[in-house]
Amino acid sequence: MAATLAGMTTDNHPRPGAGRDLAVRATGLVKQFGDQRAVDGIDLEVHRGEVFGVLGPNGAGKTTMLRMLATLLHIDGGRAEIFGHDVAAEPHAVRRLLGVTGQYASVDENLTATENLWLFARLQGMPRTEARTRGAELLEQFDLTEAATKPISAFSGGMRRRLDLAASLLTRPPLIFLDEPTTGLDPRTRGQMWETIRDLVRSGCTVLLTTQYLDEADQLADRIAVIDRGVKVAEGTADQLKSSVGQSTLQLQVADPADLDAVAEEVRRLIGEDAVPSPEARRVNVPLTRTDQAVDVLVALRDRGVAIESVTVQKPSLDEVFLALTGHDTHDHTAADADTDTDDSPELMEASR
Amino acid sequence: MTALTTGLTVTDPADVVIPPRVSLADTLSQTLTLAWRATMKMRRSMEVMFDVTIQPLIFTGMFAYIFGGAISGDVGSYLPLIIPGLIGQTVLTACVATGVQLRTDMDTGVFDRFKVLPIARIAPLAGPMVADLLRYFIASGLTFAVGIAIGYRPGGGVLGVAGAILLAMLAGWSLAWIFTLFGIVGRNAQAVQGISLLVMFPLTFLSNAFVPTDTMPGPLRAFAEVNPVSLVITAIRDLANDGALTGNVGWALLGCAVVIAIFAPLSVRAFNRKM
Repeated sequence: MAATLAGMTTDNHPRPGAGRDLAVRATGLVKQFGDQRAVDGIDLEVHRGEVFGVLGPNGAGKTTMLRMLATLLHIDGGRAEIFGHDVAAEPHAVRRLLGVTGQYASVDENLTATENLWLFARLQGMPRTEARTRGAELLEQFDLTEAATKPISAFSGGMRRRLDLAASLLTRPPLIFLDEPTTGLDPRTRGQMWETIRDLVRSGCTVLLTTQYLDEADQLADRIAVIDRGVKVAEGTADQLKSSVGQSTLQLQVADPADLDAVAEEVRRLIGEDAVPSPEARRVNVPLTRTDQAVDVLVALRDRGVAIESVTVQKPSLDEVFLALTGHDTHDHTAADADTDTDDSPELMEASR
Repeated sequence: MTALTTGLTVTDPADVVIPPRVSLADTLSQTLTLAWRATMKMRRSMEVMFDVTIQPLIFTGMFAYIFGGAISGDVGSYLPLIIPGLIGQTVLTACVATGVQLRTDMDTGVFDRFKVLPIARIAPLAGPMVADLLRYFIASGLTFAVGIAIGYRPGGGVLGVAGAILLAMLAGWSLAWIFTLFGIVGRNAQAVQGISLLVMFPLTFLSNAFVPTDTMPGPLRAFAEVNPVSLVITAIRDLANDGALTGNVGWALLGCAVVIAIFAPLSVRAFNRKM
């Protein structure tokens, strides 16, 4: 990269110009694997200081998109900027601004935690003493001090993720990519990871995270983009997304299938929604905008003498968000099954490149 | 996780110093850091050292006693021929491992982090290659030691042997570029191993490592004589047996340079495409 190139970019976006208010700006991003478009024209704008969630099922193209933004994959179409630096033209600049923590911990299995942090700090030009103190500081903050000299092979999944995140934070990058940061973690470790991510944001970091879990996006993200089959199908706050499918679902099983019509009638009268019956299972699903509407429905049905066998109230799942947004559910990927694997496996991605 | 915020102040993107490219000094320091990583790896999994420790121990004795009588009349007079030959063979085997280990390494998660760090693209390739100099040193040193233990008396003395070891290390580093290329383009570690052995065997046996080339049929002999492995082994014989800095040493260095000139650019290009 010639120095003039970097200079030109600065001129195009004078500080604090429009381009620099955005941590990430992508327009028409495309990635082609053979005849399959893993990412098919995605636009994305992530503002400085926000947590932006990319939500989608396996194989939707989330990881592929993230890897393109992180300079790990060639961008086949469209363009992307990180803090005003073009990803394709200035990969070196982008790498200096970025911390990336992947789905699989990218730490060295043959080294200890201390040695890993030392290695990555030294590679980024940190002087010896600073590398040592910064490493110790991060191990302390991530509760890894006791395990500092143990081999990584003895680490739990949660400890690996923490070490991986610590390695990404060595140089205090202003932007962090988190690729499915809690996939495969137990609920307690997951909660800890969420706290860490919140702390990161409090410290002024911009976070772009991908997830398969609606509740994770809900917990962490200021704004969410829903990705399906390489295309952005929706974008908005968690509340906006959820209101598109209803807050939660009331699932009823009646003793007599003949009562299903009565249920539908009451639901329409009380909350103005269409119940979705499945007669063969004597079951009916009722979308709720407020969870306490379930009580109204149940009271009304008792008054009409409808015998109910079981009742559950469920929060909207990613499946339902997907069904509402795309008209198919998350597992409905018959033709795209090969692609499902592609998104998860860097190896396969390279092989098909 | 307590009080995480204290240590996590974030750098303002406008304050991040972005040099247009990685400087030569930084590239060197990154390469040495990654060489350090490779030596740590060697220390932790000693089985990767078998090819440069056990193999010279067994092969040296075996080859000397099996072929010694048939080729040179007796074991003692075969040793000046076979020891340099075995050094060539062992170093070449160690080069194969360089490629296979690079492939294995590239398939692990840590390589993803190397790719996303603002470091010279060549450093993750050059680092392990620098560390492997240690393996070539062990391989050639050990072969000399075993040879001397069974009666080999190198006429070149300490200086000659030291020169021979140095040349063997340089040759190892040069020839490793061939197998590094296989390591980069190979589909997986097994494939790399397979193709490397296919290349290694002709390079080893179509050379003057074990037998003089004069009994070989014409075409084989022609190949054996320009085979860089032969050139290196001849030079090692001159250095170790006679302590002479002959023209053969020059030919060996030229052979190494040719291998580097062909395979280093190919490897670097293939590697950059993957990085």
